[in-house]
Amino acid sequence: MQICNLSENNFEQCTKCSICTTVCPVAAVTTDYPGPKQAGPDGERYRLKDPAYYDKMLKLCLNCKRCEVACPSGVHIADIIQKARMQASAGHRAKLRDTVLANTDLVGTMANLVAPIANFTVGLKPTKLVMDSVMAIDKHRTFPAYSRQKFTTWYKRNAAKQQDAFANHVSYFHGCYVNFNFPKLGQDLVKLMNAVGYGVHLLDKEQCCGVALIANGLYKQAKRQAKTNAASIRKSVDIDHRTVLTTSSSCTFNLRDEYPAVLDVDTTDVRDNIMLATRFIYRLVDEREIKLVFKQDYKRRMAYHTACHMQRMGWQLYSIELLRMIPGLDLQLLEQDCCGISGTYGFKKENYENSQAIGSILFKHIADAQVEAVTTDCETCKWQIEMSTGLPVENPISVLADALDVEATRAANGLK
Amino acid sequence: MVTDEIYKKEYDVIIVGGGATGAGTARDCAMRGLSVLLVERNDYSTGATGRNHGLMHSGARYAVTDSESATECISENMILRRIARHCVEETDGLFITLPEDDLQYQRTFVDACQRAGIRADIIDPDEARRIEPSVNPELIGAVRIPDASIDPFRLTMANLLDARIHGAETLNYHEVEGVIVNQGRVEGVKLFSKLDGRHVEVRGHVVVNACGIWGQRIAQLAGVKLNLFPARGALLIFGHRVNKMVINRCRKPANADILVPDDTVCVIGTTSDRIPIETVDDMRVTREEVDVLLHEGVKLAPSLATTRVIRAYAGVRPLVASDDDPSGRSISRGIVCLDHAKRDGLEGFITITGGKMMTYRLMGEITTNAVCAKLGNNEPCRTAELPLPGSEPDAPKQGDLTKRYSFGERAAIGRHGSLAARIEKDNDIDNALVCECEGVTVGEIKFAVHQLHVHNLVNLRRRTRVGMGTCQGKLCSCRAASLLGELNHDVKRAQEDLAAFLDERWKGMRPVAWGDTLREAQLTAAIYEGLCGLDTAVNMEGKEDVQ
Repeated sequence: MQICNLSENNFEQCTKCSICTTVCPVAAVTTDYPGPKQAGPDGERYRLKDPAYYDKMLKLCLNCKRCEVACPSGVHIADIIQKARMQASAGHRAKLRDTVLANTDLVGTMANLVAPIANFTVGLKPTKLVMDSVMAIDKHRTFPAYSRQKFTTWYKRNAAKQQDAFANHVSYFHGCYVNFNFPKLGQDLVKLMNAVGYGVHLLDKEQCCGVALIANGLYKQAKRQAKTNAASIRKSVDIDHRTVLTTSSSCTFNLRDEYPAVLDVDTTDVRDNIMLATRFIYRLVDEREIKLVFKQDYKRRMAYHTACHMQRMGWQLYSIELLRMIPGLDLQLLEQDCCGISGTYGFKKENYENSQAIGSILFKHIADAQVEAVTTDCETCKWQIEMSTGLPVENPISVLADALDVEATRAANGLK
Repeated sequence: MVTDEIYKKEYDVIIVGGGATGAGTARDCAMRGLSVLLVERNDYSTGATGRNHGLMHSGARYAVTDSESATECISENMILRRIARHCVEETDGLFITLPEDDLQYQRTFVDACQRAGIRADIIDPDEARRIEPSVNPELIGAVRIPDASIDPFRLTMANLLDARIHGAETLNYHEVEGVIVNQGRVEGVKLFSKLDGRHVEVRGHVVVNACGIWGQRIAQLAGVKLNLFPARGALLIFGHRVNKMVINRCRKPANADILVPDDTVCVIGTTSDRIPIETVDDMRVTREEVDVLLHEGVKLAPSLATTRVIRAYAGVRPLVASDDDPSGRSISRGIVCLDHAKRDGLEGFITITGGKMMTYRLMGEITTNAVCAKLGNNEPCRTAELPLPGSEPDAPKQGDLTKRYSFGERAAIGRHGSLAARIEKDNDIDNALVCECEGVTVGEIKFAVHQLHVHNLVNLRRRTRVGMGTCQGKLCSCRAASLLGELNHDVKRAQEDLAAFLDERWKGMRPVAWGDTLREAQLTAAIYEGLCGLDTAVNMEGKEDVQ
């Protein structure tokens, strides 16, 4: 008895040291947000007394998890806040704007059909003004362009047939961004994995991981999709014996940690088999299972930005060390600052100012680094940095694929 | 009115003791038009009033063994829900039967409750698990009764405020060091002011001894003998609420069989031990008491086994032996009001004792009736009808908290009811949180200092909950001390006050200092002693004074 205090999300292990508040990017730019300690463990005591004590300012939380990284007591502060938001929203319908922002796959499917028109239209100033005033999507924002062809369509037409021929196999959770907006990243992953002797397969059924649904309060839908994904992942891991790779740090974190913590969808049994592709590849290289050979004439200067969820998982080292293997890449490491976008957060009119204020430190560091491009594992960081600095941003997998000498790599790994 | 003028006046009644009973008596007397002075040797509600469960009994606990107390409780329970809404949380309660208990007792219990007029509904164990998820899932029976949670500090303060509104004077930190007796008649009290070290005499026609267990000493000063028997009870405070309803064991009253949700925490208690009267000021909780409380507590709610205990405390109930039985064998928990004119031939002296915090109003009414009989006052008692300040009919209820209020404002409304409207909140400074655990703002501290008789941090804690949260004053006490120093223009006193306050917090943490509570205390010590050098700063200044 009383050996340890085992409350949900460890909230009472908080010793009120306030370190979390000092690292909170939101608390740093606005006094409206009470900070993670108040919003999390402190507020939770009041919410246990009466849910009416819920503070609506909790909506300002980015869910960047920097508080959890900083906490010396292992309190899942951001999870406490997410759960409180979830409970407070029960019975309320989400706003149209939030539903549109959150349903990345549904909106993506529709936009793909009319991609050129959609891209053109949402880029127009009048459209932006209408979205700004009617939907409260900030006019300064540009939606990521939709692709004419979905990643899955490309895969089925061009890649699916060749994959079974490989000796080793992985599954790929591509996520909405790769599927609807940027199939090239998925193509780069297939190129990279194929070059080292791994076949890449789609999951039986993949739905949006739901990170945007959680952030926008559509919990029921998020939970439904989480269950579908969990089942597909489980089949891949348990029956097909294929590790599930990802190229988005936020999707990865959501699948591994937020499913059980926030949505009560248990993925702990397969958690170790869901990982970012850079981690998987780094380990293979490190264990001398595979070799990577890069182009001799490749020469670039880039800066690596650690996405918040990447920091939460502690996996930035894998991406950084892999990138450092590219001889021609001059890689600058940026301080670990939040870019401020946090998925759909920064798209909302009411958050625009905070979002840019949070990101301003990072933007300055990027400018100081004097690089031609930035690389990061998160697609929404990519949008934010591209919108705010004008520099192109690439996923490390794309950088690796770009620098890779495919023929030499295939030969080094014993492929014909 | 300045203190000198308070001393010079002659009062109809001087009430000794600033607990719930004294405050309730002061309110009643003042409302009936008497001129009243209340004196308290420490802070208000320092004694048994502030050292109990914070349980607003339905009376069910006493139904089987003491039907008179049960009837008193249910009647007062219903009155307090009306007049002290802002101090009460209507949680309802359960009496649960566990496999090791006799389920037959449930029938006896329910019958006794019905005889006393207490609503007692037998509910299915499944229903009990549903409405109170923290309850021991192994329960085999449950009865739902109208128990509630009540804040004794606020209750006492609301009574004192109302007494003052009706013209009463109240002085804390004024100790009675003598009772003035002249020709078989009490004519006043000799006071020592702990605030400025003065000794004064104040005159009054009737002196009411409402000091709980310490009433023995006041009676001695007046030259009469009381047979009070101190019964000590220890309790533990957990860092947050595990239960929404009061949980009791459905069996004969025993150790640690009540778990009460109080504000942001929950409290398990109590033990019950007869102790020698000489030891009533020693409130340290022993290891054995902690063990018993935890061991029995987990039977009510198993999650208590892994919930952080933030504090332990103990209180002393005054039990009264009947006059013809000085051995104390036939002891009463009921209300005892002694007119010493009839009992001892000493005119102008009344002792009110026994009873419970829960029945403070009734005790006040009985006492005031006795006072009025002596003074020839025929005004009726109205304390059961008129709401206390903060609980006026239009005051916001805790459940009414809407999105209009900030977190700090809502916390303040929960504590002060309609009085929260007096808290300044028009600028960022007044809205800034001093105590983050309990949501106390700068504005609320200013309100407490200006209107609720605050001299130091401990007073402030009782009025506002500053320092009552899980960090036990780590973050808030320096901020609050700084505010007090500013408001009182006395930095040195604030510094000493800060050291004393942290010391007082540590005393309650010490019996439960393991795990996270110990980590918390170590961090506090590291900040205040290691980083700020508070212990050396205060001690050194003390030494310089001696030199």
